[in-house]
Amino acid sequence: MNETSHGKLLKTTCGVVTLLLALGAVSPALAVPNPLRRAIRLIRGTGVQKPPAGEFGLGPRASAHGRYVATLTPDRQLRPRRMLSVRVTVMDGNGRPVSDASLTIAGGMPEHGHGLPSRPRVTRNLGEGSYEIEGVRFNMGGWWEFKVSIEAGGLADTITFNLGL
Amino acid sequence: MTQNRILIRATLVAVSAFLTGADSAPDRWSQAELATLQSLSLEELEPIPSDPTNAVAGHRGAAALGERLFFDTRLSANSAVACATCHQPDRTFQDSIPLGRGVGVTSRRTMPIAATAHAPFLFWDGRKDSQWAQALGPLESEVEHGGTRALYAHAIAAHYRAEYETLFGPLPDLSAVPPSAGPLGDEPARAAWAKLSDTQRTDVTRVFVNIGKAIAAYERRIEFGPSRFDRYVSVVSAGHSGRGILTKEEIAGLRLFLGPANCTQCHNGPLFTNNEFHNTGVPARPGATMDQGRLAGATAVLRDEFNCRSQWSDAPRRCPELEFMMAGDHALGAYKVPSLRNVAERAPYMNAGQLATLDAVLDHYNRAPAEAAGRSELRPLRMNARELRQIAAFLRTLSGPIVVNGRMAVREAH
Repeated sequence: MNETSHGKLLKTTCGVVTLLLALGAVSPALAVPNPLRRAIRLIRGTGVQKPPAGEFGLGPRASAHGRYVATLTPDRQLRPRRMLSVRVTVMDGNGRPVSDASLTIAGGMPEHGHGLPSRPRVTRNLGEGSYEIEGVRFNMGGWWEFKVSIEAGGLADTITFNLGL
Repeated sequence: MTQNRILIRATLVAVSAFLTGADSAPDRWSQAELATLQSLSLEELEPIPSDPTNAVAGHRGAAALGERLFFDTRLSANSAVACATCHQPDRTFQDSIPLGRGVGVTSRRTMPIAATAHAPFLFWDGRKDSQWAQALGPLESEVEHGGTRALYAHAIAAHYRAEYETLFGPLPDLSAVPPSAGPLGDEPARAAWAKLSDTQRTDVTRVFVNIGKAIAAYERRIEFGPSRFDRYVSVVSAGHSGRGILTKEEIAGLRLFLGPANCTQCHNGPLFTNNEFHNTGVPARPGATMDQGRLAGATAVLRDEFNCRSQWSDAPRRCPELEFMMAGDHALGAYKVPSLRNVAERAPYMNAGQLATLDAVLDHYNRAPAEAAGRSELRPLRMNARELRQIAAFLRTLSGPIVVNGRMAVREAH
């Protein structure tokens, strides 16, 4: 290898390393292509991909197969460690309230691989598509999934809310 | 060549800045990091939650009686053991030995008391769901206070009649109740208990329960005072440098604590605990019998004679902690996440004092050894010795005073 090609190789390597590090440092703030983002995550040691900010919130949010739309209304501000009650209001695809549904609650922290720390469930059907869920708790700050599985009239579907605490 | 050397040097600087980012600007925090720091500050602690199951929880007179009972060795089988024997005020209400020692030796490490009013479940395995129910456990344990509920009811009648009656109404007639009787005592005590009428048993148990409620009224007032860490958060929140409050090493440790060491996954919030139960693969003490941890505790609290739903609770119809409690196989070998406030003041560590020093604890988390029971949730941290030293340095900044009844002074153990 002569001196010129050696220098070129060195420059290219240094350039790529610096670029990767720079992207790694700013990746949360910038629109970095997904494959590269994943590669950076692998290098930096985190696992699951957090959804973009627009995917977070209390709804209205559609279910996986578009059968239902639901909105969450917590009784108090969502804060870690406190036990909360959450009212969920369920509509069908045509915007009509779903008043006879059976709901089950699941969730957890995908980045940490654990579920909910309590067993929340519907304790009251409030009518007009609204249901009271009691026993909701999140035991740390960060990204939580709160999954409401809805079954009504033989149609089952799940809504996954992304909540940032 | 000179150009190449500059290029290599520049790249190395970029690499080291990326890897050790903390060192270049140890005191600079992003908005998100600052929010996490503030979430750990004592200023963020919510007011002491009410305890509807204990009607005298907020009563000053009950707290005063509870304090005297807490230090009274007459509430034991050998008149030598009080709550304060293991929960020593001058040792942040713990005893600094691996296993608690009352009239015998327990199988678990004595837990500190401060801020337990915020905990939905008490003991390492969470087998109690209120401070008053917790206080009753050691009294009837054969290796702690070693007495029986009849013995304690008689002690109240003999030494605290006026205070008790002011709070709880007339004491029952105990003249026909033998000096020692109880459902959990030794053979003679259990036999004596079996001979009592239902009314006598209810009368004795009510006095016993009220002892727990008075002690709980006192324990509710035992809280954490601010630490150096809290002062640091307050100063950096105001936009100033906190370098005069925490050292560079402590700040580097704090950064690791919040980041790659994953500590806040469990040790979060102003009390540095999520109040949950986790399996961290801590080895059993040599020769110890199999300990199921939270798996047994979750079963026990649902059956507990003194739980929120019991006839002894002052609010038996509203028990959300029991109603929505998580229990399952993951609870095997899981133990309560303790607060890290004052952690440096309370070696040895873990549920049976298995690890002698803070360094041993950090080494454990770094290696994440295989579990004794169930499945450990730890993954090796792969940190170097310097990083572990930095985390230990940070943990020492969490020491602060214990505040009792709003005062920083603590009473000496008798």
